[in-house]
Amino acid sequence: MSTMAFRNTGTLAWRTLVQIKHNPFELMDFSIQPVMFLLLFTYVFGGQLAGSPKEYLAFALPGIIVQNLLFATMNTGVGLNTDINKGVFDRLRSLPIARFSPLAGRIVADVIKQAWALLLLLAVGALLGFRIGTGPLEALGAFALLLTFAVAASWISVLVAMLVDEPDKVQIFGFVLIFPLTFASSAFVRPSTMPGWLRAFAEANPTSVLADATRGLLTGGPVAGPVIHSLIWAVALTAVFAPLSVRAFRRRV
Amino acid sequence: MGDDTNAVHVEGLVKRYGDTTALAGVDLTVRPGTVLGLLGPNGAGKTTAVRILATLIQPDAGHATVGGFDVVRQAHEVRRLIGLTGQYASVDEQLTGTENLLMIGRLLGLSRRAARDRARSLLARFDLVDAAGRAAGKYSGGMRRRLDLAASLVGEPRLLYLDEPTTGLDPRSRNEVWDIVRGLVADGVTVLLTTQYLDEADQLADEIVVIDHGRVIATGTAEQLKARTGAQTVSVRPGSSDDLEKVAAEVRRVASGPVDVGGDLVVAPVAGPAALTALVRRLDDAGLVVAELSLRRPSLDEVFLSLTGGPA
Repeated sequence: MSTMAFRNTGTLAWRTLVQIKHNPFELMDFSIQPVMFLLLFTYVFGGQLAGSPKEYLAFALPGIIVQNLLFATMNTGVGLNTDINKGVFDRLRSLPIARFSPLAGRIVADVIKQAWALLLLLAVGALLGFRIGTGPLEALGAFALLLTFAVAASWISVLVAMLVDEPDKVQIFGFVLIFPLTFASSAFVRPSTMPGWLRAFAEANPTSVLADATRGLLTGGPVAGPVIHSLIWAVALTAVFAPLSVRAFRRRV
Repeated sequence: MGDDTNAVHVEGLVKRYGDTTALAGVDLTVRPGTVLGLLGPNGAGKTTAVRILATLIQPDAGHATVGGFDVVRQAHEVRRLIGLTGQYASVDEQLTGTENLLMIGRLLGLSRRAARDRARSLLARFDLVDAAGRAAGKYSGGMRRRLDLAASLVGEPRLLYLDEPTTGLDPRSRNEVWDIVRGLVADGVTVLLTTQYLDEADQLADEIVVIDHGRVIATGTAEQLKARTGAQTVSVRPGSSDDLEKVAAEVRRVASGPVDVGGDLVVAPVAGPAALTALVRRLDDAGLVVAELSLRRPSLDEVFLSLTGGPA
């Protein structure tokens, strides 16, 4: 990337982040919602699922983090589609800037938002009694892995954003896709209790792989297998959806 | 670089969307330092033409140069020259006025400080200082359009595209935008203006290109277009409404087309000023007293109507 592309990307990432200042609802979207999920799972379901809220929290927090992360990847697409619909993209494209900087700027900003939500969930989790059972290196590894996966998965939402005509449809698509992916997985329960067919799906599901890797890195347990498996998924998602998205992006804008 | 004599030069521009032909071979030229009004009804192809000239979409055939640069092969160079304000190109509603202008300044390579200075001076120039810290989404229509204009001027473009800049504005805001455009033209900025308002083209444009269904149907100054249809209109208000039919009968003798009698007014097209003298003599001979008699050139509305066979 040239210096100009870097600068343009930085400016456009700033632009996305500074929007939050004027739209507190967006802050709620990626702050309050994940915390609500955290409280819901810990205190409403926790006792029944694991005997006590605290015990369940240790299992579920990595899953909640993964679920929140996947839902949040849809923001990238929603934002892009909004920009196209509102004409902001036309203005940007009439300027002599690096062609892909509007896309890159949004992705960079969304990674920063993801990092914020991740820290928030860990902080609130700590208040509720969650303890990182490994070391700082493993925790950093979890962070890096989660953000890498987030970028990879956000290509799906970029592609959807380029194919649908309004932002709401990106949201609906995301919900329909991510809801089953995150619940039919090892994010919240052990797939061993599921019926055979669902268990097969849950075990092959990338959400399970990422949840297992995050769990291993934060609380201990098997790490190498799930981490490698997650990285393979991240590479595969990027290899398939990034070129498709870029092609659709070129065609649409 | 090609020749620089024409700020914008367009030849045989064609753009299709599926079965719809948005542009069916458009030619036009915008001379430097002038305002070209691209006039046409909704769906005539005005916005499509501007989007091609702003490098947002590519034509299917024909070619266009801006400042000598080809809009397809040298899009980046074209983008350095132009500013775009349109019904579609827009400011970010979730940023404040200042932030919108800062963003564009930074994107254009200004330093943080230069971008801030530029934003401040533009906000002052467009009377947006009080609203500078508010999100653009909360602006009124007129303020928003002024911010849009300011945003397109951050890079000090020599060529400005204004795509229906006053659509949806109240008369006062429209006048404000007109004044701004006049000021820019005085500074030497070349303007390509699309509009569906005839009075806007009449007010601002040095030259007008009328397009309909993706084709240029007339080109010329407002005066030339008005003269083109030839006819002038005479209207007579009889001193007494009882004389309305008698007056109409006399008007009918000199008229070059159908005579319209409505309310207390007789209106008819006439071939030239000679008809007026003849009409006055006839009315006088018939002993008819008139309260009002006038001859006027057609309005651009009437010209447009006669050119397109439909209202603008």
